[in-house]
Amino acid sequence: MVTLQMMNKEIKILAIESSCDETAAAVVVNGRDVRSNVISSQIALHTLYGGVVPEIASRKHIEKINQVIEQALSDASVTLDDIDAIGVTYGPGLVGALLVGVAEAKAISYAKNIPLVGVHHIEGHISANYIENKELEPPFLCLVVSGGHTHLVKVLDYGKYEILGRTRDDAAGEAFDKVARAIGLGYPGGPKIEKVSHEGNPHAMEFPRAKIEDGPYDFSFSGLKSAVLNYINGCNMKGIEVVQADVAASFQKAVTDVLVGNAMKAIDEFKMDKFAIAGGVASNGTLREAMREACEKKGVKFYHPSPIFCTDNAAMIGVAAYYDFLAGKRDGLDLNAIPNLKLGER
Amino acid sequence: MKILGLDSSGLVASVAIVEDNDLKGEYTVNYKKTHSQTLLPMLDEVAKMIELDLNSIDAIAVSGGPGSFTGLRIGSATAKGLGLALGKPLIHIPTVDALAYNLAGNRDNICPLMDARRNQTYTGLYRFDGNQMEIIKPQCAVGIDEIIAEVNKLGQAVVFLGDGVAVFEAYIRENCTVPYTFAPAHVNKQRAGAVAALGEIYYTEGKTETAEEHKPDYLRLSQAERERLEGEQKK
Repeated sequence: MVTLQMMNKEIKILAIESSCDETAAAVVVNGRDVRSNVISSQIALHTLYGGVVPEIASRKHIEKINQVIEQALSDASVTLDDIDAIGVTYGPGLVGALLVGVAEAKAISYAKNIPLVGVHHIEGHISANYIENKELEPPFLCLVVSGGHTHLVKVLDYGKYEILGRTRDDAAGEAFDKVARAIGLGYPGGPKIEKVSHEGNPHAMEFPRAKIEDGPYDFSFSGLKSAVLNYINGCNMKGIEVVQADVAASFQKAVTDVLVGNAMKAIDEFKMDKFAIAGGVASNGTLREAMREACEKKGVKFYHPSPIFCTDNAAMIGVAAYYDFLAGKRDGLDLNAIPNLKLGER
Repeated sequence: MKILGLDSSGLVASVAIVEDNDLKGEYTVNYKKTHSQTLLPMLDEVAKMIELDLNSIDAIAVSGGPGSFTGLRIGSATAKGLGLALGKPLIHIPTVDALAYNLAGNRDNICPLMDARRNQTYTGLYRFDGNQMEIIKPQCAVGIDEIIAEVNKLGQAVVFLGDGVAVFEAYIRENCTVPYTFAPAHVNKQRAGAVAALGEIYYTEGKTETAEEHKPDYLRLSQAERERLEGEQKK
C-alpha cells in the first residue's frame, strides 16, 4: 500500500545487477528519477570466446562490484545512510553471476540495517520504460527481447504480470548472436547485424516466419536460424558468394516481422492502447521503427527505453524495486539466487 | 582487536569472532552446500548471541581460496559487502593456511588436502614452532602423487586433514612412507575460528586490503581460459 507518509518522502533505492555480463549499480529516487547509473561491461572479455563464459563473468563481477556500487553512490551524491532500500537482481540469470550481487547486497543490507528487495530481472527490463516516460502506467503490453529472453507480457499493474507468449527455443538475441557468428560478424551479434543490414536488401531472401499452432503469441527462432545456416551451406556448396549484408538484413526482417506480428495480434485481441518494448534487442533501430509504424497505424502509444536502459543496467532494477518496496515486499538474509526464476513469482 | 572470520570455501560454512586471542563465538555447519542462504543468517545468529556491535570489529578475515569457485565468491562478496558498508578493511587468508592453523602447536608436519577434482588436490605443507606457523610449501593445486612424494621426502611424521582425506585415503595408505595420522573431527575441516585467529596475526602485521581490492585466489583458471590457452599453445 502506498501511504501518504511514503508519498511525501523521497525514497532512495540502491540497486545492484549482476545477472549476466554487466556489473551494475544505480541510485533511483521514487522509482522514476535515476540519480546514477553505473555499468561495468565485460563484453570485450567475452568476445574472445564468442559469447558469455559464466565463470569468467562471475570472476569479473567480484572484482568490480564494490567499485561500481561506490561510484553509483558518489555519482548520486549520497551515502548508504541516505538509502531506504536495496534492490538486487536475484534471477533469472547465470547463477554464479547472480550470487555475487545477491551476497553483496545482503551483506550491505545486514550491516546497515537497510531493507532488502529481491528483483526479477525481466521485471526490471519492463520497468526501464518508466524512467523516461513519467506518464506511463500499467496496464500496457510489453515485449521483452534480449539475449536470454523473449516474452510478450501483459503488465496488469506494478508487479503483476500475465505472460501471453514466450520463445519455444532460442531467444531473439540469441538468434542474432548465432547468425552473426555464422556469417562471420562475431559477437555481440545484435549491433553488428543491425549495422551491416543498412547496406543489405531485407527482401533478398525469404526466410521463414514461424507460427506456433497451440501458442498464438509464442515465438520460435531456431527454424529461422537453421534456414539461414542452410542457405549459407547451400551457397558454399554451389560456390555462390554469400552477401553478408543481404543475409543479415533478410534475417533481421524475419525476426522483426514475427515480433511485430505477435505484438499487434495481442494488441488487437486484448484491446491494449499502450505498448512498450524492453531488453537488449529493444535498442535495435529497425525493430523500434517497425514497432512504431505498426503502433501508429493502430493509434496505439508506443514506448521504448533509450539504449542505455535497454542493455542490462541497475537503474531498471531500482525502478522495479521501488514498486515492490511500496507493495511491502521485503527479503531476508536467506535470499538466494534463482537462475530460472519465473516472471511474476513472489 | 576484534576480527570477524568467514569461510565458505568448501562444504563447510563457518563464521567466527575472535577478540584479543579469545574466540567469542563460532558457528560451523558441515551439511549441505547452501552457503548463499546460510552464511549471513549464521553471522546474524552469532552476533545476537554475543551481543556483537558489527561496527566494533576491526577487520573482516575471509578464507580467500582455493576452494569451490562459487563458495569462495559467496564468502568474498559477503566480506566485501560488509567491508563496504562498515568501512572496514579485509584480510585475505589463504584457505589451506587456515586449515593448517587448525593444528597449531602440533609437532608433526601438517598437510591439508582439499578435493580439487580432476585428480588434483589443493594442498600445502606446514610445520609449527609452538604456535608460530612455518610454510614449507605454499598452497597449490597438484596431483596427490606429487604432494605425497614431498611428504615422504621430508621423512617426518605428518598429519593429514581436509575434505580431501576421504578422497585420497586409499592412496595415502598405499604410498605414504612416513608415519601419518588423520586429524580428528573437530579440527579436520575449515573453521572460521582459525581464519579469524590468523586474521589477528595478519592484522597486526599490517597485511590488510580494502574491500574493493579483495578478490578470491582460485589457484586455477576457468575452464574456458584453460582451453583457449591450450588451443593457442597447439598453434
